[in-house]
Amino acid sequence: MTPPIEDAIYLDAIAEVTWTELVNASGIPESELTELVRYGALVPRNPDAPTLTFEARYLAVAKTASRIRHDFELDAHGVSIVLCYVERIERLEAELRALRAHLG
Amino acid sequence: MKYKDYYAILGVAKDANADEIKTAYRKLARKFHPDVSKEKDAEEKFKEMSEAYETLKDPEKRAAYDQLGSHRPGEEFRPPPDWGQQFAQGRGGFEDIDLESLFAGLAGRQARGGARRADMPIPGSDYEAVVRLSFMQAFNGTEVDLELSAIEWSPDGGARRVPHRVRTRIPPGVANGEKLRVPGKGGKGVNGGPDGDLYLDIEVVPHPTYRTSGKDVYVDLPLSPWEAILGTSVRLPTPAGAVTLKVPPGTRSGQELRLSGRGMKRATGEAGHLHAIVRIEVPTVVDDRQKALYKELADISNFDPRGEPEREAAQ
Repeated sequence: MTPPIEDAIYLDAIAEVTWTELVNASGIPESELTELVRYGALVPRNPDAPTLTFEARYLAVAKTASRIRHDFELDAHGVSIVLCYVERIERLEAELRALRAHLG
Repeated sequence: MKYKDYYAILGVAKDANADEIKTAYRKLARKFHPDVSKEKDAEEKFKEMSEAYETLKDPEKRAAYDQLGSHRPGEEFRPPPDWGQQFAQGRGGFEDIDLESLFAGLAGRQARGGARRADMPIPGSDYEAVVRLSFMQAFNGTEVDLELSAIEWSPDGGARRVPHRVRTRIPPGVANGEKLRVPGKGGKGVNGGPDGDLYLDIEVVPHPTYRTSGKDVYVDLPLSPWEAILGTSVRLPTPAGAVTLKVPPGTRSGQELRLSGRGMKRATGEAGHLHAIVRIEVPTVVDDRQKALYKELADISNFDPRGEPEREAAQ
């Protein structure tokens, strides 16, 4: 039987995810995820709102954090530092792609 | 099922202690973790060593693994007759299972038998799949049919591999390296737990004409020297169809002519730009008359392309 077609959705800065979605998707205990917010690795849209929401791209960040935490056996502080380097690598790779695309 | 030598994968002796196993794993993780490594086949290698470590770091699972006996890597084998009784709560019939699922099942049973109540809702696992698209599929959006092999939990806590088919609509304007989410299309939740999500890692195959960087698209614009000097109008290919582009007089090689909003277009309305990169091409064969005209041009022109650097060097 052919399964029904499902829509894949962008994880970008326009779409939004809730705190609960972030907790469920990452599998990281809520207390450690709160630490990641405190260290600036995950940035809520409005930090003063009673219920935190995030740009959907943070779902991918939270999943990376979950992988790093598990695979390198790190605490939240260690995860936040590695995430910082991963983001920097991604930014540099994007710059490299743009330069290569320009040069042909 | 096929045997995997977890000790050989981590490069440790069969009698290695817990510290030696941890050190070996950490050393390999530094080298092959897909988030930080650019080694060839890093993802595949890391998956294998992670599977080995998950089993060997846990004394109960390591004992169960050791009891499977020694076999050659890749060799078909069956657990000894009393193995299921001893380690898998009497479960037998291991035909539909691989080594990873077998030990994932043991972990599941530990979790269910430990802190969790038997009827506690457990969310389904998230799945991840790589989707390779042509440039035009990424530009326009497309539909893909995915055949995944997933680990499914049975009510008794066992695990087995099952085919998992998902049809999904990829929205237009996705970029190479982007991640998409298909909600609820991961593993089934247990005891009323929510189903997991499916995450798609997009890979866009390079196109002979267009290059991309995020939402921006780049295309070469070859011009003759006289077109670049005098200016012209040219037909330029774009992913949405050819357009007429006005090239201003005095256009330089490497210069970028930007067509706003003609890059990748998202369903949300955002759009990247199309960058036409000027390449000035010169004829390699010229006849005598053309040569004479170039000579005449050289004689009357006071243009010196190296003048600026020479002046700067003299300062």
